[in-house]
Amino acid sequence: MSPWQVIFRREFRAYFATPLAAVFLVVFLFMSGVFSFSMGGLFERGQADLRSFFQFVPWLFLFLAPALSMRLWAEERRLGTIEVLTTLPIPLWHAVAGKFLAAWFFSLVALALTAPIWITVSWLGDPDQGVIVAGYIGSAMVAGIFLAIGGFVSALTKNQVIAFVVTIVACFLVLLSGFPLVLNFFRDWMSPGAVEAIASVSVLTHFNSLMRGVVELRDVVYFASGICALMVATTFVVDWRKSA
Amino acid sequence: MPLAKERAVTYIFSQVLQMRELISANNLHKSFAGLHAVKGVTLQVNAGEVVGFLGPNGAGKTTTMRMLTGFLDPSEGSVLLDGFSLADDPLAAQKTFGYLPEGAPAYPEMTVRDYLQFIARARGIARREIAGKIDEVAGRVHLRGVLDQVIETLSKGFKRRVGIAQAIIHDPPILIMDEPTDGLDPNQKHEVRELIRAMGSTKAIVLSTHILEEVEAVCTRAVVIASGRVVFDGTPEEFELIAPASVTRNRMDYVFRQLTATAAEVTL
Repeated sequence: MSPWQVIFRREFRAYFATPLAAVFLVVFLFMSGVFSFSMGGLFERGQADLRSFFQFVPWLFLFLAPALSMRLWAEERRLGTIEVLTTLPIPLWHAVAGKFLAAWFFSLVALALTAPIWITVSWLGDPDQGVIVAGYIGSAMVAGIFLAIGGFVSALTKNQVIAFVVTIVACFLVLLSGFPLVLNFFRDWMSPGAVEAIASVSVLTHFNSLMRGVVELRDVVYFASGICALMVATTFVVDWRKSA
Repeated sequence: MPLAKERAVTYIFSQVLQMRELISANNLHKSFAGLHAVKGVTLQVNAGEVVGFLGPNGAGKTTTMRMLTGFLDPSEGSVLLDGFSLADDPLAAQKTFGYLPEGAPAYPEMTVRDYLQFIARARGIARREIAGKIDEVAGRVHLRGVLDQVIETLSKGFKRRVGIAQAIIHDPPILIMDEPTDGLDPNQKHEVRELIRAMGSTKAIVLSTHILEEVEAVCTRAVVIASGRVVFDGTPEEFELIAPASVTRNRMDYVFRQLTATAAEVTL
């Protein structure tokens, strides 16, 4: 096993050692059901697709991803185990990657458990499966970027509540920067190029094109580079503040 | 004749082994935002030495040990562990030691076995050897009965022993332990001291403590640090001899107070 796998395994199992995993999964599945059926009108729309589910996924992860990521580094620091972890003969980026991947994989498990909605729709109608796959890819990417932001914030503090709240705010800003409301506000006094730039860092803009079934390279590059950049930043922060 | 020669070779070899310099810290300094915590600590430890690191609270013991393990980067100075530079080749250097940090931190939600398994894997111990290593180390620090208990349910003494087990599971040539007997009852203290003494013949061990008798009991060398400087480095016997003959009781306490009080005055 290479070091990141060792960390990954421990971190993933740690979620199940506390009620966190069960609470997270129940809340996630319950909320995604409420959102898609009641608010999204999955049946009423009379269309065989999962749009009414996917459109709420970023908002679900906005609150639930920070709950997964808040403990990643803040807890190590509070317990003092960071001193054991960072003096083990493993490269620090392996620890950062292992922790992130554990949280990400957990959110993928949560997403996989929404498959009954997919099955229902496929049974009732004849949805475009490619669009649904693209929607799941987009959902996984949103979870990834939020968890990467959360891991970075968690590395800055030893207080999990602070990590949770700050991560929500940070994710909210990244999510919202593509909202018409925000973009219209900027449009009044900024050049179209600058508005375009703000919209392009938005999670929502990239997610929406994936949700529509358009898997474009630039969207994937956006999420992948965002996650990688945040992991590099997290590695620096952990190294810099490990004893703080 | 050949037998004698062989013996001589073995003897010389063992002497060389004894003289092997495992820890070499040169002129370590550490400053935290305005506070100069460690001011030029130099320390060489050979295999076969058990160094007792003494000093008042806040003298810089923990900070120094953290620099020896790479948890803190020194503001100035360098550390060589078994010949590997901690700054240039941290992974090779960190393979050479086991470390018990202050307070023996461990993941509370894991069982002892899972935790030791995690440490063994992270230290790159081969998969098929791990179960054997855990069993062996659990035997040495008397953890066999609690291997499948969750760490947060353990008493302070057991938690400390989990920390020690974690530090020695890979049988490292260097052992760095921050207050290994803190919070243990007299029987447990005795056991841990016996363990340290047994390992001390082949390893280079640095341990910090507040208990002066502990230095006398297990250490071959005492290093006293006060206000970030080394104020004494010698055998426990030499340490005690600093006290004038007129002092008959608690001689080590007397010397400790003398050494650390003067250092504090110098800084003031």
